[in-house]
Amino acid sequence: MKKLVRSNLAIKLVSLILTFAIIQLLIYFDIINDYLQATLATICINIILAVSLNLITGFTGQFSLGHAGFMSIGAYACALITLRIPTIPGFILGVFAGAVAAALIGGLVGLPTLRLRGDYLAIATLGMSEIIRIVFLNLDNITNGAAGLQDIPQFANWKWLFIYTAGTVLIISNYIRSSHGRACISIREDEIAAEAMGINSTKYKVIAFTIGAFFAGIAGALYATTFNFIDPKIFGFSKSIDVLVIVVLGGLGSISGSIIAAVLLGVVTTYLQSFANIQMILYSVLLIIIMIFRPQGLMGSKEVSLSIFSKLGNSFKSKKGRV
Amino acid sequence: MSILSVNKLTKSFGGLMAVSNVSMEINKGELVGLIGPNGAGKTTVFNLLTGIYEPSSGTITLDPNGVNRDIQGLKPHTICKIGLARTFQNIRLFKDLSVIDNVRIAMHKNVKYGLVSSFFHLPSYSKEEALLTKKSIELLKILKLDHKKDELAKNLPYGEQRHLEIARALATNPTLLLLDEPAAGMNPAETSQLTELIGWIRKEFDLTILLIEHDMSLVMKICERIYVLDYGMVIAEGTPEEIKNNKRVIEAYLGEDMNNAGD
Repeated sequence: MKKLVRSNLAIKLVSLILTFAIIQLLIYFDIINDYLQATLATICINIILAVSLNLITGFTGQFSLGHAGFMSIGAYACALITLRIPTIPGFILGVFAGAVAAALIGGLVGLPTLRLRGDYLAIATLGMSEIIRIVFLNLDNITNGAAGLQDIPQFANWKWLFIYTAGTVLIISNYIRSSHGRACISIREDEIAAEAMGINSTKYKVIAFTIGAFFAGIAGALYATTFNFIDPKIFGFSKSIDVLVIVVLGGLGSISGSIIAAVLLGVVTTYLQSFANIQMILYSVLLIIIMIFRPQGLMGSKEVSLSIFSKLGNSFKSKKGRV
Repeated sequence: MSILSVNKLTKSFGGLMAVSNVSMEINKGELVGLIGPNGAGKTTVFNLLTGIYEPSSGTITLDPNGVNRDIQGLKPHTICKIGLARTFQNIRLFKDLSVIDNVRIAMHKNVKYGLVSSFFHLPSYSKEEALLTKKSIELLKILKLDHKKDELAKNLPYGEQRHLEIARALATNPTLLLLDEPAAGMNPAETSQLTELIGWIRKEFDLTILLIEHDMSLVMKICERIYVLDYGMVIAEGTPEEIKNNKRVIEAYLGEDMNNAGD
């Protein structure tokens, strides 16, 4: 058992390092040029957003349309801090403060709204994220209102983005495979049965919401320090929908699905830019086609299992053993 | 010593009195049946006891270990932690989860490692998860489900889904177990197996059991005492023999005797 856990960890580490090394090489040989690096950053931020929303919507079963709101809290908190402390520690502090601020608001908003179910919750979270946007729009002397914050120091390079993305994916997938994570999933499966089995459903919904908001805050902070500029328009309703599209496309309840969908949509959007006129039409058609043929999402609720590699490894070993 | 005492429990939905003035006493170690015609309010009583509904009036006192606690109006998860577990008439398993996960979720209230440990899979996580898995497999062995532990709950045949419901309820480590029509949809052979199983887990886990059942052969065979419910009211209480010969019970089930009605 222990051996299995260790080898799983080793496989995870190896695949992480491999992913990093391959992309690092592509950047080094300029195959991923400056333009594509912006796509890469968008993909990383979208992965963080989608995986964290998947915890709320896919695993805990709470339909939320407010992810852009939490993202904007992280973005503004981090931008305001790094504008005053433009150093690496300031950047790290900014990301952390953004995440904590988003998590606090998430928990606070979650306590009353998570008593609602289904579409009522969706409307409440949508309203919440609009309120946050309007507040940022009107706090002129702090957020510079509609003009937005400019010249935010650019700290979040590819390496930072990779660290934060990998960290998010690891922490959330670890959480899902713990007893607390299973408590969240049981609420999605059958809330009445979960309560009858001793699961405090309100508590675990709020926990999932708070964790989701925390990582959305990180994504917002990384957005601000990658693209140097934020204004309230960026974090509107359509941003929440964009994230939801990635989650549904990848499969509700599949972390690897969210990652695959974020990468796929990132790449597709970049290449569709050469057909500027019909870009949105092609994008929509692609989504419709995928939803017709895979209504449960690309991955359903399954994960890309790393055990494929360990199986390959085992068969290799056993062959070796026979010789 | 009574482990559960229900006093003048009433629940109305609008103008409909689903349960009215029900009083019950269940002693430690007893196996009590709750019967009655369709729509008599049996499942509503269960939903009131487990906190899914809040009673309109009346009290429910649970005394699992010498400490009286009024549980009316508490949330279901709190009532479960005090020591009351149940199964559902219309099976409510976590369908898309594996058999073992269904049981592990019911054991969650005993898990001590915190959120941080679950984020980083610290040593306390591995230690407790291993223990949890071991306990779950032991429980599944008792209900002969251990060979199917990795299958999805929805893929089990009907009878085994009923068994898994019982396993999941036992996993919460209850002192009082409520079984809501455990034999529904089973054939006579399966029912007699279930009868044995209920008797056995009662001894093995030192349980007090209250069960709703329509299958009279099962009720009469294993219940020590029976409450009969009709139109939300208790119309009779007694041993199976007494209930069999009770005039009001026969009337409730079969309708009034035509000869007597003519008098």
